[in-house]
Amino acid sequence: MIDNRPSRRIIAHATLLVGVFIVAFPIYYTFVASTHSLQTILRPPLPLIPGDRFLENYATALFGGIGQIGGVSVGRLLWNSTVVAVLIAVGKILISIISAYAVVFFRFPLRMTFFWLIFITLMLPVEVRILPTYKVMVDFGLIDTYAGLTLPLMASATATLLFRQFFMTIPGELLEAARVDGAGPWRFFWDILLPLSKTNIAALFVIQFIYGWTQYLWPLLVTNRNDMGTIVIALRKMISFADADTQWHLVMVTCILAILPPILVVVFMQRWFVRGLVETEK
Amino acid sequence: MATVDLKNIRKIYPGGFEAVKKVNLAIRDGALCVLVGPSGCGKSTLLRMIAGLESITEGEIAIDGRMVNELGPAERDIAMVFQNYALYPHMSVYDNMAYGLRNRRMPKPEIDKRVREVAATLELDHLLTRRPRELSGGQRQRVAMGRAIVRNPKLFLFDEPLSNLDAKLRGQMRVEIKNLQRSLGVTSVYVTHDQLEAMTLADVLVVMNAGNVEQIGAPLDIYEKPATLFVASFIGAPPMNLLPLRHGEGRAALADGTEIGGSGLSLSGEATTLGIRPENLFLVTNNDEIGGNAIFEIVIRAIEPVGAESFIYGDVGKTRLVVRVAGKTAMEPGAKIHVGAKVADLHVFDDAGIRI
Repeated sequence: MIDNRPSRRIIAHATLLVGVFIVAFPIYYTFVASTHSLQTILRPPLPLIPGDRFLENYATALFGGIGQIGGVSVGRLLWNSTVVAVLIAVGKILISIISAYAVVFFRFPLRMTFFWLIFITLMLPVEVRILPTYKVMVDFGLIDTYAGLTLPLMASATATLLFRQFFMTIPGELLEAARVDGAGPWRFFWDILLPLSKTNIAALFVIQFIYGWTQYLWPLLVTNRNDMGTIVIALRKMISFADADTQWHLVMVTCILAILPPILVVVFMQRWFVRGLVETEK
Repeated sequence: MATVDLKNIRKIYPGGFEAVKKVNLAIRDGALCVLVGPSGCGKSTLLRMIAGLESITEGEIAIDGRMVNELGPAERDIAMVFQNYALYPHMSVYDNMAYGLRNRRMPKPEIDKRVREVAATLELDHLLTRRPRELSGGQRQRVAMGRAIVRNPKLFLFDEPLSNLDAKLRGQMRVEIKNLQRSLGVTSVYVTHDQLEAMTLADVLVVMNAGNVEQIGAPLDIYEKPATLFVASFIGAPPMNLLPLRHGEGRAALADGTEIGGSGLSLSGEATTLGIRPENLFLVTNNDEIGGNAIFEIVIRAIEPVGAESFIYGDVGKTRLVVRVAGKTAMEPGAKIHVGAKVADLHVFDDAGIRI
């Protein structure tokens, strides 16, 4: 299907460039806005090239503290969001890989009942059970803590299901070979199952990290103190309805900073699962 | 090195299916015992019970005189070669072979020494750093063998190890397995559905059918004196010709009334099936050959020249018969010929399929 006529190639590339422009321009524009002073932003038209206040704006946001959110710095917010997203991703993967291991490789009473119990939690979105969950968190005194922010989001039927499907493709002979080789259940898990799941774990980590990073409703409910907020929540709080009160240049800085970590995670983990895909058995 | 004793072994699956019915078997030290039978006959189940991968419903398994019913696979001191090799895909050839030793907490230098020794015997030394997916089928097979040998177990178990290889490689590996087993002298149990593999490898051949042991013996003994109709039809290629006989006294005749010519053939009244191997049949060209032989008149239906030999397919009465002749043949389908077999080469079975 590769056509080498120059005219076709020009059209194809032009189409791609239009696509890139549509996707990338708003992000570029956000970046441009983050390098100007508030006055420049509020006085249209906004210039299309970056201004001279890059260092100043970013330093203020990262270390200085922002008035609208009680003087908390964006550095602190980034830290909070990273902790929350990593805890959710790692927690979810740990819980789901262990429960999938139990469901697939062990025969115990009510095995399928447990599997279906995990499965039906998929039918209830977080919002439906948000009030009871909130009550539980309050009773445990977990408001404004990392535990409160992450625990209710960890149990994951989707990830359990994914690992279960993957484990079921592992030939039974492999398990038997390991048993003959003297590997108990934990050794089999560590030495064989976990290395084979690398690709899946990497992919899940990316998905769950972004899921945790972009959480909105739950962090909004479970945090009162500004210094325990996540960057997404803070971003919302920084925008007030009266235009003049909003420090748009800092909002733009926060926007740029908020999208950087997920991008880094994708770029870094991509190498892992591309390698994993290349290495998989024919 | 060990003996293996199976006493009244039964396996009933939770669904009620009886996969293995009262099997008794004693394997002497250093022997290569081949379990052969059609798929679903219980041979793999039996092997897996010896390995400890399958629970034993009834009976006793002893390895080297020690009852192992309650021991796990790792404690039985066995090594197993699987049909799909079951190599650990993320480990190098070296690690695949070393894994079992590491789990047994063997010192590192000792592991290294053993792995390299075995790799050298199996000509795997240049592949030690490769992953299984970078190997050919034959090499993977070798690694699977190496993983078993390196453990230096009391007992080797092979679960159809050659069925994933192409015909040529299978022949080579068969010879190699036989030689290795001989030189190591380790008692082995080998499961296959390929009767040729079974015949060539076995010191002791166990023919199984529907969960029962039909016959145990040396391969050639089984070939020459099959104990049952099933063994007769299963061992040998092409399979033995089986002709239904007419009941009652009088001249020997087939069930459809076709008389059996020749002289010297007397059958007891219980005989219901006559078996003749294709290679025991010969073409009868003059009347001198009638004495002491059974003679059949057949109509040729098809001829299969294979090169060194040809198979003539013909009908005697209403029954299909295969005759093996050496070299090529000039005969044409449709022709009528006479074939004979020595009375001593005939196999006779009764109503229950038992050899008379």
